[in-house]
Amino acid sequence: MTKYMDVIKKNAMLIVLVLVYIFFTIMTGGSMFSPMNFNALITQNAYVFILATGMLMCMLTGGNIDLSCGSFVCIMGAVGGVLMVIKGYSTGISVIAMLLVGIIYGCVLGYLVAYVNIPPWIATLAGYLAFRGWGTAILSDNSSTGSISPMPESFLKLFSGKVFETGINEFNTVCFVAGIIASVIVVVTSLMSRANKVKKGYEAESMIALIVKCVLSVAAILLFAYKLALAGGIPTVLIWVIVIVLIYNFITSKTTLGRYFYTIGGNAEATRLSGVDTRKIMFFAYLNMAVLTVISSYIVVARFQAANSTAGNYYEMDAIAACVVGGVSAYGGSGTVFGMVVGATLIGVINLGMSLMGVNADWQKIVKGGVLLGAVVFDILATKKNATK
Amino acid sequence: MGKVLLEMKNITKTFPGVKALDNVNFQVEEGEIHALVGENGAGKSTLMNVLSGIYPYGSYEGDIVYNGEVCQFQKITDSEAKGIVIIHQELALVPQMSIGENMFLGNERGKKNAINWNETYGEADKYLKMVGLSESSRVLIKDIGTGKQQLVEIAKALAKNAKLLILDEPTSSLNETDSRALLDLMLEFKKQGMTMIIITHKLNEVVYVADKITVVRDGSTVETMDCHTMEINEDRIIRGMVGREITDRFPKRSNVEIGQVNMEVRDWTVYHPVYAERKVVDGVNMNVKKGEVVGIYGLMGAGRTELAMSIFGKSYGTGISGTLLLNGKEVSLKNPREAIDAKLAYVTEDRKGNGLVLSNSIRVNTSLANMVGVSDKGIIDMDKEYQVAVEYKDKLKTKTPSVEQNVGNLSGGNQQKVLLAKWMFTDPDILILDEPTRGIDVGAKYEIYCIINDLVKAGKSVVMISSELPEVIGMSDRIYIMNEGKFVGEMKADEATQENIMACILQSGRGE
Repeated sequence: MTKYMDVIKKNAMLIVLVLVYIFFTIMTGGSMFSPMNFNALITQNAYVFILATGMLMCMLTGGNIDLSCGSFVCIMGAVGGVLMVIKGYSTGISVIAMLLVGIIYGCVLGYLVAYVNIPPWIATLAGYLAFRGWGTAILSDNSSTGSISPMPESFLKLFSGKVFETGINEFNTVCFVAGIIASVIVVVTSLMSRANKVKKGYEAESMIALIVKCVLSVAAILLFAYKLALAGGIPTVLIWVIVIVLIYNFITSKTTLGRYFYTIGGNAEATRLSGVDTRKIMFFAYLNMAVLTVISSYIVVARFQAANSTAGNYYEMDAIAACVVGGVSAYGGSGTVFGMVVGATLIGVINLGMSLMGVNADWQKIVKGGVLLGAVVFDILATKKNATK
Repeated sequence: MGKVLLEMKNITKTFPGVKALDNVNFQVEEGEIHALVGENGAGKSTLMNVLSGIYPYGSYEGDIVYNGEVCQFQKITDSEAKGIVIIHQELALVPQMSIGENMFLGNERGKKNAINWNETYGEADKYLKMVGLSESSRVLIKDIGTGKQQLVEIAKALAKNAKLLILDEPTSSLNETDSRALLDLMLEFKKQGMTMIIITHKLNEVVYVADKITVVRDGSTVETMDCHTMEINEDRIIRGMVGREITDRFPKRSNVEIGQVNMEVRDWTVYHPVYAERKVVDGVNMNVKKGEVVGIYGLMGAGRTELAMSIFGKSYGTGISGTLLLNGKEVSLKNPREAIDAKLAYVTEDRKGNGLVLSNSIRVNTSLANMVGVSDKGIIDMDKEYQVAVEYKDKLKTKTPSVEQNVGNLSGGNQQKVLLAKWMFTDPDILILDEPTRGIDVGAKYEIYCIINDLVKAGKSVVMISSELPEVIGMSDRIYIMNEGKFVGEMKADEATQENIMACILQSGRGE
């Protein structure tokens, strides 16, 4: 019995996600379950996944956050707009130039946080204020409406739209095949990993648990692929998100670099005395955050097909909320990419569901605040219970 | 026989899955100092938490009879109202506040919602005098030493009108002189009629101060010894604690050949990182030979940890000058990484503070200082890492269900073993162990000593920093004595006694 309870506790947020999804499907008379809204869930939230990945890395080092990323998305949009639309540079050059600006900001921020020891929330609060103002100033200098558009076609193709797009009411075979391939990969890797563990005599999950897990993940992947196939194909941003999530999942779980993020969050001094250059890791966390912020600014600009001064409003809060709801410790040292993805999706589902139900924006914020608080309280109570055992 | 002030009858306290206290009976007479001894995890602290109401009435079975009446404490303030005051092992003082503010924290003088500062500081000064402190109560806590801070804790307890004072490891962070002063203060209080319970690992203190000794083992009280009617010595107490005779507290080393000098430090001087004009280590010369255990004894604040950390890749201090030679070659180690690569290991003093990542598993902690050893091009080989952790768990006999267990869930002794495992895995030639047995019980200490012996047998050198004299004398081949940043003496183990080491320190102090 306790075994089942453990499984439920471990996957609590995932179960909550499914329940919330079902709830909204019922409340919206099935509209939540439509192919179009599956697509919307991804395109509307792609930026959260990417920003939250960067935020996860910062938070792991000890609950450190980046408040400036939302405003940085705004100023990056302005820079990109000026380069591509006003100055007429090619997409390639502009994208690289934006990335360079991001790297420079990341280095400055990383230096301030890691080597000058400025508390991250203060160092980034400066950017939060300044970049919003600066971005708006650039936009209003270059456009009478305060918004720069239209973005070049090649840029939009790179960061929005769909891969191998098909028309409405047409089944996108490529998308579904991709889903089948992904399912095969998931099943094969989990079977291989178990076989390897059994061979070497390590603790491995039971075959039944493994099969249940595989069946559920395959079902989820295929459902997703099927719905997306009906909605015109794989959104380009989904590929960006999947690639980034997979890379960071690998970094956090399998590399020494990723390990140091966790140990610094757990005990920075012990990590330093173990011969790890902790300042370098902190520097990297913020440089990395800036780079990912630039990537999410591409996606945001492409989605709105314009650079405007309200872009990126509250994005930093969305990213932090996604991490916290996804079980990333607000004190650092624990949290996974998978958890963050679940957290970001849950918030995205709540946003979408409430919009479909016609809940007004004020109430949406109230509900989101409640969910955030609930997630933290749940997390703390769960760890407390474990500790007294 | 005096009047019984406190009687705890048939106390049983269960945590989910564990019986922490099993039918404990414990009696304290008025006006005595009663020592409670036992290994870590034996149940001493749980018993005191039951008494002080941290575990409220109803969460345990049995009765507490205090001053002839049955007590049902719901919270700490209930027990404090009766005059039962507990002073915890970890100091609970706010460093940025003054002594007076700390003393009446939660117990403020004056009207409701308005603090009377004159009364606060006036009364605080009165209690400070009682514990023999001459400081003004307006001095900030962070500006006085740990020894004095402990005295402030006691003054704070007195301010609560304590009749029964419980001291949990009061001397664990104090040096010998301060410890002795504190024990003398306890004896002084006893004369004035105060009743006290002291929990401590330091058996010499028990012998010095206690009227009665109760031994707790595995959640039960095993026996109570009366120091006035029977002969008490440390071995007798240890026998009670571990339930067997420990014939030798320090395992013998045999057939260890002492070889060439492999680390030498010349004229090593280190300045304080914040107050850059203050010399913390002053012109130290030392050497360590292959297969040798070198002890560094000094009082707290003598600069031992600072010396070790500054040698270990300049991880402490500024303006470090001097020469470090490894195997006869001069080296300059700029950071811990270079020190580790030069086959140096520094096993930190404070396992929780800067030694281990408590929220991570034994596996993660074991490999932390040598990730290269379990990875290939930055990618961790999880199988290898697991095997390494299991190998060291078995080698050092770490008691744990699995190496995936979080280090924070282990006892102090087992944590120390994980810390040692971490550094042994870096394959060092020279290990600097800073207070390797602080706060761990007698059985675990013995095991740590055995590990040290195995290390030197394998041709490593060990520098052991300790503030426990018997340990330094029992374990070292050679002893350096440190005081106020300087090395003030060097002795062979066979010529060292507690008396001549202390004399060495006292003389050096007088010389200035």
